[in-house]
Order: sequence, then C-alpha cells, then structure tokens
Amino acid sequence: MPFHYDKDADGIVTLTMDMSGSANVMNLEYRELMNEAVSRLEGDEITGVIITSAKKTFFAGGDLNVLIAITPENASEALDGVEEIKSQLRRLEKLGKPVVAAINGSALGGGFEIALSSHRRIVLNDNGIRLGLPEATLGLLPGGGGVTRMVRLLGVQKALPLLMEGKQLRPERALQAGIVHQLVDTREELLSEAREWIKANPAPVQPWDVPGAGVPDLKFGDPNSYGVLAAAPAVLSKKTHGVYPAPEKIMAAAVEGAYVDFDTALKIEGRYFVELAAGQVSKNMITAFWFNLNEVNGRASSSGRRVTKLGVLGAGMMGAGIAEVSAKAGIEVVLKDVTLEAAQKGAGGLEGITPTDSDDDLAGCDLIIEAVFENRELKNKVLAAAEAQALPDAVIASNTSTLPITGLATAVPDAERFIGLHFFSPVPKMRLVEIIRGEKTSEETLQRALDYVRQIGKTPIVVNDSRGFYTSRTFATYVIEAITMLSEGVAPALIENVAKKAGMAVGPLAVSDEVTLSLQLKIHDQTLADDPSLVSDSPAYDLIREMVSLGRTGKAGGAGFYEYPSDGSKKFLWPELTTRYVKADAGVSEQDVRDRLLFVQALETVRCLDEGVLTSVADANIGSIFGFGFAPWSGGTLQFINSYGVQAFVERADYLADTYGERFRPPASLREREKF
Amino acid sequence: MSEALIFDAVRTPRGKGKRGSLHSVKPVALAAGVLRALSERNSLDTSAVDDVVFGVVSPLGEQGGDIARTAVLAAGWDQRPAGVQLNRFCASGLESVNLAAAKVASGFEDLVVAGGVESMSRVPMGSDGGAWAIDPQTNFDLSFVPQGVSADLIATLEGFSRTDVDAWAARSHARAFEAQKNGFFERSVVPVVDQNGTVVLKEDETIRPESTVESLGKLKPSFQFHGDLGYDTVAIDRYPTVERINHVHTPGNSSQIVDGAAAVLIGSEAAGRSLGLTPRARIVSVAVVGTEPTIMLTGPAPSARKALDKAGLSVEDIDLFEVNEAFSSVVLKFLRDMDIPEDKVNVNGGAIALGHPLGATGCMILGTLLDELERRDLRRGLATLCVGGGMGIATIIERV
Repeated sequence: MPFHYDKDADGIVTLTMDMSGSANVMNLEYRELMNEAVSRLEGDEITGVIITSAKKTFFAGGDLNVLIAITPENASEALDGVEEIKSQLRRLEKLGKPVVAAINGSALGGGFEIALSSHRRIVLNDNGIRLGLPEATLGLLPGGGGVTRMVRLLGVQKALPLLMEGKQLRPERALQAGIVHQLVDTREELLSEAREWIKANPAPVQPWDVPGAGVPDLKFGDPNSYGVLAAAPAVLSKKTHGVYPAPEKIMAAAVEGAYVDFDTALKIEGRYFVELAAGQVSKNMITAFWFNLNEVNGRASSSGRRVTKLGVLGAGMMGAGIAEVSAKAGIEVVLKDVTLEAAQKGAGGLEGITPTDSDDDLAGCDLIIEAVFENRELKNKVLAAAEAQALPDAVIASNTSTLPITGLATAVPDAERFIGLHFFSPVPKMRLVEIIRGEKTSEETLQRALDYVRQIGKTPIVVNDSRGFYTSRTFATYVIEAITMLSEGVAPALIENVAKKAGMAVGPLAVSDEVTLSLQLKIHDQTLADDPSLVSDSPAYDLIREMVSLGRTGKAGGAGFYEYPSDGSKKFLWPELTTRYVKADAGVSEQDVRDRLLFVQALETVRCLDEGVLTSVADANIGSIFGFGFAPWSGGTLQFINSYGVQAFVERADYLADTYGERFRPPASLREREKF
Repeated sequence: MSEALIFDAVRTPRGKGKRGSLHSVKPVALAAGVLRALSERNSLDTSAVDDVVFGVVSPLGEQGGDIARTAVLAAGWDQRPAGVQLNRFCASGLESVNLAAAKVASGFEDLVVAGGVESMSRVPMGSDGGAWAIDPQTNFDLSFVPQGVSADLIATLEGFSRTDVDAWAARSHARAFEAQKNGFFERSVVPVVDQNGTVVLKEDETIRPESTVESLGKLKPSFQFHGDLGYDTVAIDRYPTVERINHVHTPGNSSQIVDGAAAVLIGSEAAGRSLGLTPRARIVSVAVVGTEPTIMLTGPAPSARKALDKAGLSVEDIDLFEVNEAFSSVVLKFLRDMDIPEDKVNVNGGAIALGHPLGATGCMILGTLLDELERRDLRRGLATLCVGGGMGIATIIERV
C-alpha cells in the first residue's frame, strides 16, 4: 500500500498516507514511502502539498516493535534511521511550496512530527482525536524533530511540560496550546481550507527557518535564564526522583539544542533519542504501557452483552465510586444502603443513580456489585437478598479486597454467576479493576464482567481466587517488609525516602497509616484464625500490635507511623519511632532497603503465577502498576525481574534470603526461567 | 625548593552590596587599587614581579577577560608582570595564594602577587552560568542544589538548631565590631579612593554589632523557597535518612554579599633580599580536596587535615584558624569535626559580619590571620574555605 499521490488541476498534490498495516506508523516501509513521495514532490511542478490519511487515525507514531528492538549494539543503525526520517521531513518543509497537514484523525508521536514539519496544521474538530507527543510516557522522546520543533514553536517553558509529560490533547486544547493552527468541522472543509491556505501562501517558511530565528525564550548567555535552568531539574526530580530518564533527556535536548542552529539541534535530539531507546526503562515502559496494556484491554469479548441496570450494595466510598463511574458510562444505577439517607449521600445527586434502602428497587438488574463492610455474614445476607430481586441470569459480584470469592459465592444459589470485581480507591481515579474468578465462576460470567469493565472505560486484569487475590496480597508484602525493617532498626525516613526513590507511588509507612494499622492487624488475626499456615511470623505484626496498643491506629485515628498535626500542617514521622525502634547499627544499606521493598513484591508475584492466581505476565505487570503503584519505570513486578536480568535477580534474591529471611528465596520456577 | 614567603597583605574594606559604597566602583578599579597600595607601601619595583594571580568567581563583563593582567596595566605598573585570572569558586582568593606560593616554591618564579577581586553588586553571583547548574543533564547527574540548601542540609544532619547558627552569627558581628573598634584590621585595610583621590570607603561597612540571637531569630529562612521548588527532594534523595531539611540559614547567619579586593605579595627569600622586603610569614603547606558535591560545603575539615598531614603538624600546633563563614553551619561543623575551641576560630569575626567577596575572600582571610598572629605574637595559623562543587581548601602559615 502506498502514499497516494494525487495532483489536481491547480497543481496541489494530496498525499494520502495509506500504509499496509491497520495504521500509518514510522517503520522501514514509511521511510521508503516518504522518501519516494518527497523525491517526487521535489521533481514535480507543484503549487503545494496536502498530507492526509486514508486510515482512521492520521498517523499512529513510531513502530514500537522496531523501537523495543533498539539496543546499545545496534544504536548507530538506529541513529541512521531517525536521521533519515528527519532529513525527509526537513526536505518536505524546505520544498519552497506550502505543505499542509490535513489532520483527519489522531496524530501522535511520529505522526505529530510529520504535522509539525508541515507549514499549516488543520485539524478535524472531533473530540475523539488526540494530538501530541506521548513518547515520554513510553520512556522515549520525540526523536523525529519533535523536541526541536516544539521548542522553537512554543519556547522551552511552554513546550517542555507538553513534551515531558507526553500530553495528548483534544483538538480544542491543541489549538489553545498553539500546536495546531486551525480547526474545521467537516472532512470536506479540511481539504478545502487546506487548498485555500495553499493558494494564499505560495511560499511559506517555517518559523525556525526565518533568518535570525531561535528559541523564543532561551538565548545563549542570558543570565536571566540561569535561575530557571538551574531549578528545572530539581522541579522535575520532585516528581521523578531520578528514575525516569525520558523527561530528563527531553529537557537536556531542548536546552542544549536551544543554543545552536536548527539542524545541529536535531542532531543533539537524535543522540538523546537513541540513548533512551537503547536504555532499559523504555523497554520496561513499552512492555507495560503498550504491549501488556493492549493485551489486557484487548481480551476478546464474547458475551455480546452490555450492562443496562446495575445494583450497587453499600453506599460507602467504594460503592459510591462504582455507582458514579457506571452512571457516567450511561448505565442505570441503583445504589442501595441500609438507610435512604446513606444511599442518598453516596449517590451525591448524580444523574443516573437512584438511591434506595429497598431490595425491591434492584429488580431488573443484570449486574449486582456488593461493596459493604468486609464482613462475611453481612456480605452473605445482602448478596442473597439482592440476588433474589435481580434478573435470573444477572451477574453477582463482590468488591471485596480480602475475602475469598469462592466462599462468598455460596451466598447465592448459582455460584457460576458469581465473580469478584475488585475496584481500587478512589474509584473514579484508579483505572484498574481486578476481576477474580471463583472456583465455580463460569466463562460466560467472566466475559460479562470483562465487558462491564470495558463499558465503564477501566482496565481489567483477571486472576484466580486466593486470599488477597493478587494485588492486595502482593502489596501487603511491601508494607510488611517496610515494617519489618523498622522492627530491625532501620530509620523510618530511610525506608520512606528509598521507597519513593525506587519509584513507588507512596511510602510504605504512609500507606500503612492510610490503610490503618488496626485493619492490617484485624486481617492478620482473621487469617491466623482461619489458617495459620497462610500467615508469616513476621516481627512486623508485633510492631503493629504495639503501635495499635499505643493508640496509634493510623491516619484516620489521627496518629500512626506519622503524626498528623491538628493545625493541618504537613504530617511527619512520629519522632518516638526513632527512640523505640531505630538502631544506629541496623546494618541495612540503602541498596538493601530498596531491593527488599521491590524484590519482596516481585517474588510474591512469581508465587502468584506459580500458584495459578495469575495466569499472565501482562496481568501481573498492569495489576502491579495500576493497582498498587508499583514503580512504573520498571514496567511492573515481573518486567522488573526481566530488566534486572532473571539470573542476576535470582542471585540477588538468594543474598537477600540469606541475609534477611527465606521470604526472599526465589521459587524453583524462577531459577529455570529465562524471562517473563 | 625555595621557601614561599609572605611580604605583605592588603585588602579593600568590604562594601555592602548594591546599597553599599563600592557599588559605584568598577572591579578593575578595586583590583588596580590593591596593586597600587601594595607597590606604594613596599616601594616595590614592579618590574620584578613575575606574575599576578587573581581569583574571580564571576569573570564576565567588566570583571571578565583576565582582569589580573588588565589590573596590572591599569595600576600603572611596569608592563613586565604578567597576569592570570583563576576560578575555584569561593576558594579563588586562597587558591591564588597557594598557586603563587607553588610558583615561588618550585623556583620557577621569584616574586608573585596573589589576590582576588569581586564586585558582587555589579556582576551578580551566578551570572556566568556554568554546566554544573544550568546544563540540565549535568545538573541531574550531579544532583545540583544551591549552596544554601547544602548549608541547611549540614545543619539538619548535624542537628544544629536555628539558635545555634544565629548564635555563631551574633558572635561574628560582636567579634568583628571589637576588632574594627580596636583597629585590628588597620594593618591590611587600604581605603578605596576615586580618580580624584577622594576616599570612597575606608573601613568595612557591614558589621552590625546590635545583632543578637533574638534579632537574628526574626529573619525568614532564605532557602525554604528553593527547597520547596524541588531542591530539598534532590538533597534528600542523596541523603535519604533525612526526613525533611531544617532551613535554618537566613541573610543574618550567612555571608554577606559585598564588593572588595585583596592582594598578597609572595616571593623567595632571595627576591625579598634583593628588593629590601622583610618577610612576615612563610607558607607551610597548602591543600585542596574534593568532597561530596550535593552537601558541597564539608571540605574545610578534610582540607585542613590534609594540609596538617603534609606539614607533619597536628591540630594543636595551630594557634588560630580562619574558616570562611559562608554559612554558620559550615563553621560549626568545622569546629565539631576538628574538635577545636571556639576562641581559636575567626577571632575577629568572619564573612557573616564582614562579607564574602567571592574571588577575594580567601586572600583577605589569610591577611587577617597573619595580622592577628602578629598582634597576639603567635606562631601558626590555618585558613580554610568551603568551596562550590564540593571542595575544600586550606593554607597553613607560620610567622618568621
């Protein structure tokens, strides 16, 4: 499939990108087609060029299969590749004839770089269209001239946030941001406006090719820029703690490139691009946020059913959140609680949610989600009552995060229709739903659960039933390991800071306070009563018990590992932790603290895989990042092991096991693996 | 090897920043002024000077372009002395001394002027940029933070309270005030005069004897804002046992931003004899060290130890210390690290009271040290400074 080349009577060439795959992407085929097209344009008598797409999207960006294969060994070849892409685009914008990008679908990454190389960017004003350079979200930078052109178009201060965060903008926002010129309402206008512009601007010059042009807000040797330049890395470090190379290299390429001419800036950008592409973090992030995410989001749907009426039991924070996201997806929601007041409070007056205290209102529901307190008897009772009112083939789900689904399934007559739908708090913000298959859950029920999760725009992972499932169980190891270290005498600030430096979303002691120490103790004691073999004899629980006995139950109780000043000022670690627990000679190095926090989660994930709780690597990685904030730079708990190198990981885990306990002993399965 | 002897030391009084008396005086005039004073006081045949080494930390604009050579010519000296400008951040003035001493001690040169100049009011600190701060990749790699955040990090790690650092600051002012009142600075300080010979400034104008722990305690922390921007995160990521940085430094307990210049005449015994110069002291040993760059300002103790080791001396052999008061915590840490009594350190105050004209300070405190050794009739002194980028410098002198 080609780039269609159609020249009209006015000499305007419409170049319609129509590559062989489902979308236009930057790969070898692209380079050949673009080279051919530009060469033909250069040799042809033309008035101007309109670039548009025959696909649903304008252009999808880089070919990630190609990018993930870049290594330090083939880096120079990769550099040649991007240099060729850039030189073609340079030839295009320097044709001397107007080039208009008629953007009829999303233009992201390399696609937006093609648009930036056009003199005019006209976009179909469709809310589904996304524009921008999201490379940073995959650990990369826009290496097709994206950094250089954006910086010269907007200035460093406006371009960097868009580039470093990899923002994807709707057409309206892109217009406001100044990265496109014009919006039109129809596809016809897209082309007619492009023609008009070509006629009115016979020989446009890119802003960066105007003589004397540089970067609008950064000139060489301007002392007024130094304060901001010196602080910018620190401002970024607050968010990244140095574990995300992409935004760092984007900033570096932008600033270093600002002091030189455009073509030299492109070279600088290219070197940083290859450095990132050949580096491990981009591999991790591409694996998780592209391949793994596509896998879990793209699970084949076979139920063919959509939820029309949902009953949510329990109008607490979780129930209310589930009701909210479902109503916003157009589902009729009944939110039931013990009292109408409680239900109304949870419904928050949102359209599409009917608050009630009566089971009768659940009649006709094709999905019930229970989100009451973590109490088995209570859950059994409300589930049975709701099931009786719902449609005969309704799916019945529990949002429990701790109780086994197979056991709860006995509350309803037909365990095949029972499933776990574990949402995360706060529900509107957290995109993951952990779907838990009970022993008897049918395939049909699973498919309908998957379709519901998709219907509300969330990302599902599927796991098998087990105590704590995958996410709660694995996350608990992180918190418990931290408290274990505290009990060994490691300074609490070191634990919290190293966790953040390792890329964890929150420090383990802070999160422990959020969950509340008393709840952790309760779950522990419950498990101990149910089956002592499931419980580790970690000294962490003695420490938690002591904290609880001192009245330090967590954030809700006003005191935990942290102090929560009543004047609302910033929380700080309880100073007495130091006198009570910290030992000057604890002898745990910073590196060991880091590895203990990350390894313990990775190893628990391997066990989940061994036990069949997890059935795919993608579920593990996506669940860990979106469920419990496992270091996104690492690509998730199993990709972390890949990136460490499985053998090196095993050796390091053996060291940790010898030094800190058998929980770090790598399972036999891991010793035999090459990678995940 | 010949010995490097100090024949004389002069300095300008320190002018208080943009509202101070020296804001109207350009850097080359300050530099030429101290050279002229040196030659006049010593009836120096300037053609005998091999080289003039001057420290400047922001060598650009009217302070750039090898101001040392420019000042030689501007001072009306013989054209034969060459001139070189160097930059070792805050240690530049003392580095000039050490380099001049090395030139003489090696026998490659016989008579060298060491000095420094900085008009911080006219050429602002940091206006030369530098990869360490303004090149993003380098800044990331080296975990750059401003010095004030480093000073606060030292205070946090060492447990120095706001009162501790303010108390040292109050002491600096009190000591400097006594010294000035009693004329202890007069031997070195030469007035700055304009082209008409009118005196612009004749003594340091930065001393605030009324400063107390209470009055200093009212000042706002200078680096909280910088810390909140993200520099605290950078520092804590490097020092993760720190939960939060205690921002104790203020304009009151940090060195003042001032203008000034200094020069020291260093030469061999033979050169002194032939020119009729009387040696006042000899340079015993010198040292520079590199230390961890994020905390940055912990170099004085290791550099002092290195200089002591080189000379085969111990801490007790030193009678007086001059430790540049870049920030209070730097001095307090030096006292703790070296285990020396307060009454041997900065006995006539320091940069908190007197100011820190970056390129000149090292040379100035060496002169102050020599004057006080003579006044008290003591033998040995050690001058040291903390240095940007994580360095330390020290020089030991001994009266002859």
